Amino acid sequence: MSELPLWEIFIRSQHGLSHKHVGSLHASDAEMALAHARDAYTRRNEGVSIWVVKASDISASAPGDKSALFDPSNDKVYRHPTFFPMPDGVKHL
Amino acid sequence: MQFALRMGDSTLVLGHRLSEWCGHAPVLEEDLAIANTALDLLGSARHWLSLAAELEGGHRTEDDLAFGRDASDYFNLLLVEEPNGDYADTLARQLYFDAWHTLMLEGLTGSTNAKIADISRQARSAAAFHLRRSSDLIIRLGDGTTESHDRMQRAINDFWIFTGELFDKDGTDETLIAGGVIPDVATSQPAWQNHIEHTLGAATLALPPVTAMRSGGRRGVHGEHLGFLLAEMQFLPRAYPGARW
Repeated sequence: MSELPLWEIFIRSQHGLSHKHVGSLHASDAEMALAHARDAYTRRNEGVSIWVVKASDISASAPGDKSALFDPSNDKVYRHPTFFPMPDGVKHL
Repeated sequence: MQFALRMGDSTLVLGHRLSEWCGHAPVLEEDLAIANTALDLLGSARHWLSLAAELEGGHRTEDDLAFGRDASDYFNLLLVEEPNGDYADTLARQLYFDAWHTLMLEGLTGSTNAKIADISRQARSAAAFHLRRSSDLIIRLGDGTTESHDRMQRAINDFWIFTGELFDKDGTDETLIAGGVIPDVATSQPAWQNHIEHTLGAATLALPPVTAMRSGGRRGVHGEHLGFLLAEMQFLPRAYPGARW
């Protein structure tokens, strides 16, 4: 049965939060993936909504491109919001 | 009390049967799903057996009822004690049971007994999910390959003789129906038949031929398999009474 496609499962844990990747499973189609996701990942009241996405439909960046993609932002310090004086008493920044 | 035992025993025995798949199901996802179903049924069984113990007068607990009775004192449906067989057998048994169980619980939510109504309300959504699952899988297998179709058809036919008992009524039932405690199962039979026909139709499976039905489980008259199931399920509490862990 290993020929069944792989599905990535995303669960929204509560309203207002975004869907979060929780794992993956095998299923023959989206409907079955949803049913299995319910059994595998939502036994303990974890969610209000489930997304299933075929793993093969996800395009990912290659680890080898890491420097090309992410390095340039490190030498542009002005992109980071670190030049503002923080008023005393602001706690959650 | 008799009715609570019947509900408790059917859910307990079926829950135990399904738990036998744990670690053996065809794929990991099914293993989890079927174990979840088993747990849902076991949870329901605990409610029913607690209620039965209470109605009896309280000198026995749910555990005493589950582990201390022999087969002839079990009142489950014959359908649920049948062995798992292959996955087609398990699913056919499950479809027949789930379709009956959801209708029964639906009717029981209107019970004049507040506790029965309460237990049924809690169990209802899980049962509805079980029915969706068993119907969906049977459609997939029936409408799958030639082999899955043939095996599914054979299983659907094999378990058919146990479905008559789902709608049996005896004096106990009549009294409870008259008091509004339980629904009249006969009125749910067309809805049950309808769901089965619809599911089998979508699965390209044929409705089994009319046959003489087998019954007796609800009176404590069982087939040869229940004793073995109970022997396994009850071994520990009987060998080590009062054991805790």
